[in-house]
This record gives sequence, structure tokens and C-alpha cells, in this order.
Amino acid sequence: MLRGILVLLIFQGIGEYVVYLGSIPIPSSVVGMLLFFLALLAINIPIPPWVEKSSDLLIRFLYLFLIPSCVGCLFLIQEDLSIWVYILSSIFVSTLLTLFFGSLIMKFFLVRHDQKIRVDR
Amino acid sequence: MTMEIINIIILCALTIIIFSLIHWLSKITHSISFFHVLFHPMIMSAFLVYIFLISLEVDYQSYRIANEPFYFFLDTAIVALAIPLYKQLNHFKEIFKPLILTLIFSASIASLSALGLAFAFGLEVNVLTSIAPKSVTTPIALRIAEEIGGNPSMTIGIVVATGLMGIIFGPIIFKILNIQDDRIRGYILGISAHAIGSASAFKINRKCGSFAILGLGVTGIFTALVLPYLILLIINQ
Repeated sequence: MLRGILVLLIFQGIGEYVVYLGSIPIPSSVVGMLLFFLALLAINIPIPPWVEKSSDLLIRFLYLFLIPSCVGCLFLIQEDLSIWVYILSSIFVSTLLTLFFGSLIMKFFLVRHDQKIRVDR
Repeated sequence: MTMEIINIIILCALTIIIFSLIHWLSKITHSISFFHVLFHPMIMSAFLVYIFLISLEVDYQSYRIANEPFYFFLDTAIVALAIPLYKQLNHFKEIFKPLILTLIFSASIASLSALGLAFAFGLEVNVLTSIAPKSVTTPIALRIAEEIGGNPSMTIGIVVATGLMGIIFGPIIFKILNIQDDRIRGYILGISAHAIGSASAFKINRKCGSFAILGLGVTGIFTALVLPYLILLIINQ
């Protein structure tokens, strides 16, 4: 368990360092994840269960880690309600459009892809 | 000094206690699906924490400082996402082309429709540039907003609000369109609602969650590469 978290922390640290060195405009956690992913590809072994266990644990608590940001959002909305009414309605409609058309588009492409494979065979 | 430490512990514990309480409640009420969609555990928790803070007259800054460990472990959890991604690699390879095409269309709809609507409402330019990267995960969205001249703290609020709306309305839209494919549900949640959508996709199942993480990642990269140039083009017109 702790060994697994240590591995994750090491990659988080490497990500932080790489971003600091190269001043890359990508968040360090994403760089860390990519490096961890590439390392997994490179060694190409089945993932040891102790890493997987700690990874599972952290992912299960993603919600908890996001709560402070959500609280911050509520405080921000309360500060300037008049602009936020417009902002929230724009986001609302845009989110509905994205979800609706995004799902339809992906369904369409997936169906077409499956048909192509069947024809090729 | 000791008083400060006690304050920090209380504020940190507040997040954990409310999260556990809501988690426990949501398990009990699991059978009532309507309740579940409307009162998403994370939104409920955030609301309760907010109400507590307001009634205790605590300002956001001290809450934020006390909850710094959560921001740290959020980064660790993001690193941990490499494992489900790695395990789903073959699924991604299978449908590589549909994934890319969906990304281009959906990420464009997400950004441009919000931009267009905000413009139609007559909002100012700095609001427009804050709203454009709304579907991108917070750290990347912040960098994009800085790049195109948006207001960073407003961008954080917009990104989080977008994520929350994604997880409230995502399940409803999927139900209306009768979409049961985990690949579509996950990927679209990741594209439209970034990390918050992914957390919610992992609650559905592993496959759904991995596709959400993929969607989150590629949307961030795509938007970061395209949006700054697009904005420059529009402003220079």
C-alpha cells in the first residue's frame, strides 16, 4: 500500500521537476501521469498489485479531493451574482449541446467504424 | 499558534466528515435514481461545506489553506490515473479514429458554443476569454486563460461549474438518447466535464472512467494547442 503511494509520489515529484526545468505549459500532475504511463509501457510487465491497490484507493477519493475547489466556486458565484447568471446560463446551454451532440457524433463514428471492420473482413 | 492549528484541523475535518456523511447517505438512497441525479454527492458535500462556512463566518481563504492537503493529493490521484489508462490501452487502439474525430467536434462545440452564447449575452471580453477554456481540466484551463487574457479566478469558477453541470445533466442526456455504451458515456463525460466528469465516470465502472480520463487529457491538449491561436485570429480581425 505505502510502497504504491511512494511510487506515485515519486512520479508526481518527477513531473513537478520536469515542468520546473522545462517551463512547460502543462500541469505537473499530468506530466507525472504521462511519465508513469510511459514507464509502464517501457517495462511492459503486469502491474504489481500493490501499486494498483494504492492507485484504486486514491481514485476512489477523487470526489473528496475536488470538494475544496467546488466550495471555492460557490464563494466566487456569491461575490458577483449578476455576471454569473449570464455565465452559468451560457455554460448550461453549452454543456447540454456538448453532451447531446458529442454522444450522437461518437455513436455515429463508432457505428461507421464497426461497419468498416466488418466489410474489411 | 495552537489556536491556528486547531482551526486548520477543524476545517480539514469538516470536508472529510461531510464527505463521509453524504457518501453514506447516497448509499442508502441509491435505489431512488431521481434523487441521486439531482443531489450529486459531490455537489451536496460542497453545498453543505459552504453553508457551514457561511454560518460559522469563516472566509474562503482560511478554508483553502486548511484544505491544502486535498489539493496535493488531487495531483497524486491524477498520477494514479496512469494505471487504468494503461489497462485500457487496447480498447483505445481499437477505436482510435472515432476517438480523434469525436474529440475535434465535441471540444469545438464545448468551447465555441459557450463563447458564442456569452457573446450574445453581451458579456465583456475578459469574461469571454475566461469562459472559452471551460471544458478543460483546471490547471490547463488556467494556463490557457492566462495566454488569451482571461481572469484566472473566474476561469476556475467556470471550469468547476461546467464540471458540475456535466455530471448533473450527463446521465439525463444519456438516458434520453438511450446511450449505454461505456466508451461513449465515459469519453463524453471526460470531454465536457473534465476531472469532475471523470470522477463521476469512475463511479459507473472502470472502463467508463478510463475513457473519461482519456477524454479529459486529449481535450486539454487539443484546446491548449488550438484555442490561443483561434482567439488571436478573432481579435486581429
